[in-house]
Amino acid sequence: MAKGKVEIYSEACKSCRYCVITCPKNVLGTTEAVNQKGYQYVVALRPEDCIGCAMCATICPDGVITVYREGA
Amino acid sequence: MEKIYSRASGIFEGAVSGFCPGCMHSTICKIVTQVIDELNMTDHTCFIQGVGCCGLSITYLDMDTISAPHGRACAIASAFKRCAPETLVFTYQGDGDLASIGLAETISAANRGENFTVIFVNNGTYGMTGGQMAPTTLVGTKTTTSPYGRDPGEHGYPIHMCELLSQLSAPAYIARVTCADVPNVRKAKAAVKKAFEYQLAGKGFSFVEFVTNCPTNWGMSPLETLDYVRDTVLNEFPLGEFRAK
Ligand SMILES: Cc1ncc(C[n+]2csc(CCOP(=O)(O)OP(=O)(O)O)c2C)c(N)n1
Ligand code: SF4
Ligand code: SF4
Repeated sequence: MAKGKVEIYSEACKSCRYCVITCPKNVLGTTEAVNQKGYQYVVALRPEDCIGCAMCATICPDGVITVYREGA
Repeated sequence: MEKIYSRASGIFEGAVSGFCPGCMHSTICKIVTQVIDELNMTDHTCFIQGVGCCGLSITYLDMDTISAPHGRACAIASAFKRCAPETLVFTYQGDGDLASIGLAETISAANRGENFTVIFVNNGTYGMTGGQMAPTTLVGTKTTTSPYGRDPGEHGYPIHMCELLSQLSAPAYIARVTCADVPNVRKAKAAVKKAFEYQLAGKGFSFVEFVTNCPTNWGMSPLETLDYVRDTVLNEFPLGEFRAK
């Protein structure tokens, strides 16, 4: 089971991709789906690899990502 | 699982910031509100906005605020803090606001050692008005008002606010930080916390300069601006603590 979990507030994502290049486990990415503002919002493509390090949430300007970790 | 990272209560519930994609104005709003939560001061804070993109924070940050006329945030913060010494007071200003039209107010408040904190957003341009040259614009950089690049002979050199204010005796805390990668976001947050703690301890003027980006007016993708900040802008504006007394 994954050690961590990310929750993404997709309407606030602006697709800057800072989190995508920052995640050490390559969990995040975008798809064809867009939010109401037209941005290709980030999704957890490989949620099972998440270790709950919160690096994505730390670099995200817009406070899009909430992070949970097992036994924090 | 336990929640280990989230937005702070100083951001309106469910709000989407008006800043452009990748703009570090958003990062600064995020970490400043997190620090204020950690200090339990969200209901006891007033921030004074300058004029510029920082004004977009008015619909994003759920705290008491005053909009200052262009450049005058430090004067208003001085008066407000003197009248309400228990309130955590910070100004939120861009480089056009703080280092150009408001330079006199900034230096005077620092020189008086006024007990509030300045959050200074140095993105090297006038963002809100469409990318004009700012006092902080790097030599050679093309902007809408320096179409051949900033020329020191005509426009002077970039102004270094931390170094300049470090010449004064009164300021208690002066630091320059950035948000271009995770370690630096963490350091920036620690610097903001230290500045606010100095203020709460009554130590006087504290100043945190953020070296940031403006993807929109730099004409770069957000990811390109991260490299540009790290590889180019930081050579002109070195990071660090200039004063911590
Ligand atoms: C007295 C006055 N002069 C000029 C303006 C126009 N004006 C609005 S924002 C701005 C510059 C803002 O640039 P900066 O402080 O660098 O903030 P940024 O938008 O880059 O965050 C100017 C010149 C104004 N609003 N008031
Ligand atoms: S860093 Fe934030 S705003 Fe940027 S793509 Fe990731 S979730 Fe979206
Ligand atoms: S114009 Fe520049 S400074 Fe203003 S919100 Fe957009 S990226 Fe940020």
